[in-house]
Amino acid sequence: MLRSTDPSASFDTAPRPDPRPGEPHSYPVRTEEDLLAARHAVRAATLALGFGIVDQTRIVTAASELVRNAYIHGGGGTLTLTLLERPGARGLRLVISDDGPGIHDVQQALTDGYTTGAGLGHGLGGARRLMDDFGIDSAPGRGTTVTATRWTTP
Amino acid sequence: MNARPVAGVPILRLGNVLVTGLLDELDDKAALAFTDELTQRITAEDASGVLIDISRLEIIDSFVARTLMELTTMARLLGARVIVAGMLPPVAITLVELGLHLEGVETALNAERGMALLGWQQNRQLPEGAPSAALH
Repeated sequence: MLRSTDPSASFDTAPRPDPRPGEPHSYPVRTEEDLLAARHAVRAATLALGFGIVDQTRIVTAASELVRNAYIHGGGGTLTLTLLERPGARGLRLVISDDGPGIHDVQQALTDGYTTGAGLGHGLGGARRLMDDFGIDSAPGRGTTVTATRWTTP
Repeated sequence: MNARPVAGVPILRLGNVLVTGLLDELDDKAALAFTDELTQRITAEDASGVLIDISRLEIIDSFVARTLMELTTMARLLGARVIVAGMLPPVAITLVELGLHLEGVETALNAERGMALLGWQQNRQLPEGAPSAALH
């Protein structure tokens, strides 16, 4: 266990990402408490980058879908946050990776209504719509890595 | 790892309406416990309506959406009408983009309007001893 799973401790002391670009921060996704801690970390990063409230909500919701996928379907994994900068905009990149069974058919998994679990089948395709850039690297037996970025609008 | 109470949210009864809410820290176990308690209370207290305030929910992902849809359906099967009240505007925007329309879930702008839908009228009369400024 990389961190305390005591929720009362993790909310107040969750590491705040440094708003300087380029230094990734990683968070484990192994327990239910980790899902909440990951969401708090993403929220803090969106605040630090100056995203508006609707974009904050989009990004935290997408992150919530993706870390839950890694937890439920991938048997746990890691969330890595990277703060990005390009002329006129700042961005937040989420990388969610797991060592689970992988996705057999990525296109099918992105289709609304497709589900192998107890969800609503909107998680992956929905998360893609909430972010600007979205990519999935997965194959059976090789785990899944989802990379998703959203940029601030000037 | 069970420092948290079984279901963290109180369920209050006002006449034949149960009033409750959801918080952001809803996980699988808490959602299950909440569903259990709410359905039991509907039966035990002969409730005809349930108001679920979600004004403290900063996000609704597909897990929370599924919980709300299931709660609504279970309550309806028991004969109670559920109103989900107080969704934040960014949450509504994000839900639609996510492709989740909460089919079958009745909503209201806020708890007050939700209670009105469930047959409660606002009483403008002040309780005894309340400061008169409360009217304005």
